[in-house]
Amino acid sequence: MTTDILTTRSLHKEFGGLLAVDHVDFTIPRDSTVSLIGPNGAGKTTFFNMLTGVYKPTSGQVEFDGEDITGRPPHAITERGIGRTFQNIRLFQQMSALENVLVGMHARLRGGIFASVVRTPRIRREEERARKTAQELLAYCGLAGRGEIYARNLPYGDQRRLEVARALATQPKLLLLDEPTAGMNPQETLDFIGFVHKLREDRGLTVLLIEHDMRVVMGVSDRVTVLDYVARIAEGPPSEVQKDPRVVEAYLGTRAVASG
Amino acid sequence: MSAALATFRSNARTVRGALPNWVWAALLIGLAIIYPFITDSIDLPIIGGHDNLLDASIQTLGYIIMALGLNIVVGMAGLLDLGYVAFYAIGAYTAAWLASPHFAGYGISFDLGSVAEPAILRVGGIHLSIWLVLIAAGLLTALVGVIIGLPTLRLRGDYLAIVTLGFGEILPQVARNGDTDGLGFNLTNGPPGINPIDPPGFGHWLSSHAGLPASYLSEQGTYVNFLSLMFWTALGLLLITVFCSIRLRDSRLGRAWIAIREDETAAAAMGIPLMRTKTWAYASGAFFGGIAGAWFASIKTGVFPDDFYFNISVLILCMVILGGMGNVWGVVAGAAFLEYLNLEGIANFNGWMNDHVLVCDPSKQDPSSVISGGCLNAPLVTFGIYGVIIVLVMLLRPQGLFPEQRRKLEFETGVHDTPIQDETA
Repeated sequence: MTTDILTTRSLHKEFGGLLAVDHVDFTIPRDSTVSLIGPNGAGKTTFFNMLTGVYKPTSGQVEFDGEDITGRPPHAITERGIGRTFQNIRLFQQMSALENVLVGMHARLRGGIFASVVRTPRIRREEERARKTAQELLAYCGLAGRGEIYARNLPYGDQRRLEVARALATQPKLLLLDEPTAGMNPQETLDFIGFVHKLREDRGLTVLLIEHDMRVVMGVSDRVTVLDYVARIAEGPPSEVQKDPRVVEAYLGTRAVASG
Repeated sequence: MSAALATFRSNARTVRGALPNWVWAALLIGLAIIYPFITDSIDLPIIGGHDNLLDASIQTLGYIIMALGLNIVVGMAGLLDLGYVAFYAIGAYTAAWLASPHFAGYGISFDLGSVAEPAILRVGGIHLSIWLVLIAAGLLTALVGVIIGLPTLRLRGDYLAIVTLGFGEILPQVARNGDTDGLGFNLTNGPPGINPIDPPGFGHWLSSHAGLPASYLSEQGTYVNFLSLMFWTALGLLLITVFCSIRLRDSRLGRAWIAIREDETAAAAMGIPLMRTKTWAYASGAFFGGIAGAWFASIKTGVFPDDFYFNISVLILCMVILGGMGNVWGVVAGAAFLEYLNLEGIANFNGWMNDHVLVCDPSKQDPSSVISGGCLNAPLVTFGIYGVIIVLVMLLRPQGLFPEQRRKLEFETGVHDTPIQDETA
């Protein structure tokens, strides 16, 4: 078993003639928290979407947990253990919080069409267990007692939590969070940093984070990878990446490097 | 209107709460059992009565089954299907193949629990019991649903609708041309269709051993009207369909359908296999279409390619939309209302208007014009009337008369199923 849970080799994506991600080599060590940062349009979300199977790479390879998952459909990748959230919240708005989590458990439940119609004792037990687990997950993510509320009626911060709860319901080994603190106030952001730490301790999850908020990045990451204009320009522990002149340049421009 | 409706709802809830659920269920089932006897003695203005009303009720039950089948596809999974009549046709032809002398010409002769008379059995062909035919028709139609679904369900929204529309148009053409001239093998007997198909019944064996009526048609005048038997059977089929619909809706699969309807991309990211789940929706919907088709073929004792025109697809879709997409009981109500209008309501209302309101002189009436000699001839424009109803519903209550709670929300806020599909792959 390798020490890296996820490896990309020369992962490349073009949309028509537009280069989105340029031959990126990237690894996520097991049991670590890695952040992917970079200016807007640097190709972070495209990169994410290739990992989760929403986009098929133009070329290159994604290896997850010792298996080549390049070009597999999203549900197959989720089944293998990559859970994700979305940059712009994509909950099932008209389903209750509990139902959202139950949908997340889809790949882990077995109920087929005939057994569901007959409602065999096995299905009955499975559904009961699933509901109980879903309630526990909601409580774990700070949504205790809100299971019956439609997702769209939850306050913004709770919707973000519900996205995480739903992703956890897929029983991931690797959790991908796409700008999880976008739109949160400073206190919520602080709570969130604590929550990511808790996730790692309680569940032994490996986390990949796309984030703009540097407090979050510096607060939770073991390693930071910087994408700029579609290519990887730096990788390392947060303290080193912070000082890398190319990173400063990418974010602030060349004068900042000269004067800094 | 909404305030009145809210009052009505809370009143209805109070009334419903006054008795336990099983009492209501028993009352409803009791009412359903005595219904055929009531219709015989009533004769109301507009609503009508006697065997006409009972006959219309039987047809309506069949259409409700189809509407519930389509509701799984359109209402639950959100896949617009404009060719549902194709499944009706496949079910009907399955009944024709498995319970008629059709294949006698190929030297096939087989009888299993059928109701066929000795004279017909001597001709040959396959004669299965109606109950086996219904199951076989459901399964075969579901299989065809899978075969059709696999290549087409990759399409989204409007594109899927157009492909299903084409499918619904092609299949009746296949039926029309599926004879020796067209296929080289007489599959559908072409334009004249296949008849006689064995009527519903429990067959000779069950008749002599359990005392059940052998054939509904031969029971005429013995102890109950054959229409009553058909009504109870259709009602039984409907109850099974309702039961399955509700069980499916509340299952893991039902949740996956709703998730796909709301946001395909997110659903896939949560581990739902889109193709497989949509295909299950399509197959389940087809299953009930097939059962209804076989049932209709059996009670009409014949199947004709001209029965399967595009209007039926639209009519069934209207039932789902009018009742409230996704809501099982809403769809039942919508289908009952529209099919009743289709069979009896419009004609009866028309007759009542001519007798009581208008100055109608039948001797001056021109049967091909809507208004002539002071008489109204509304059945000529039945589909126009549906059009008006649907337009009114869309304007005043786009979520349908009895919407599913979350469907109602979707109509208020819209779904945000923006695809982030990979166009270049």
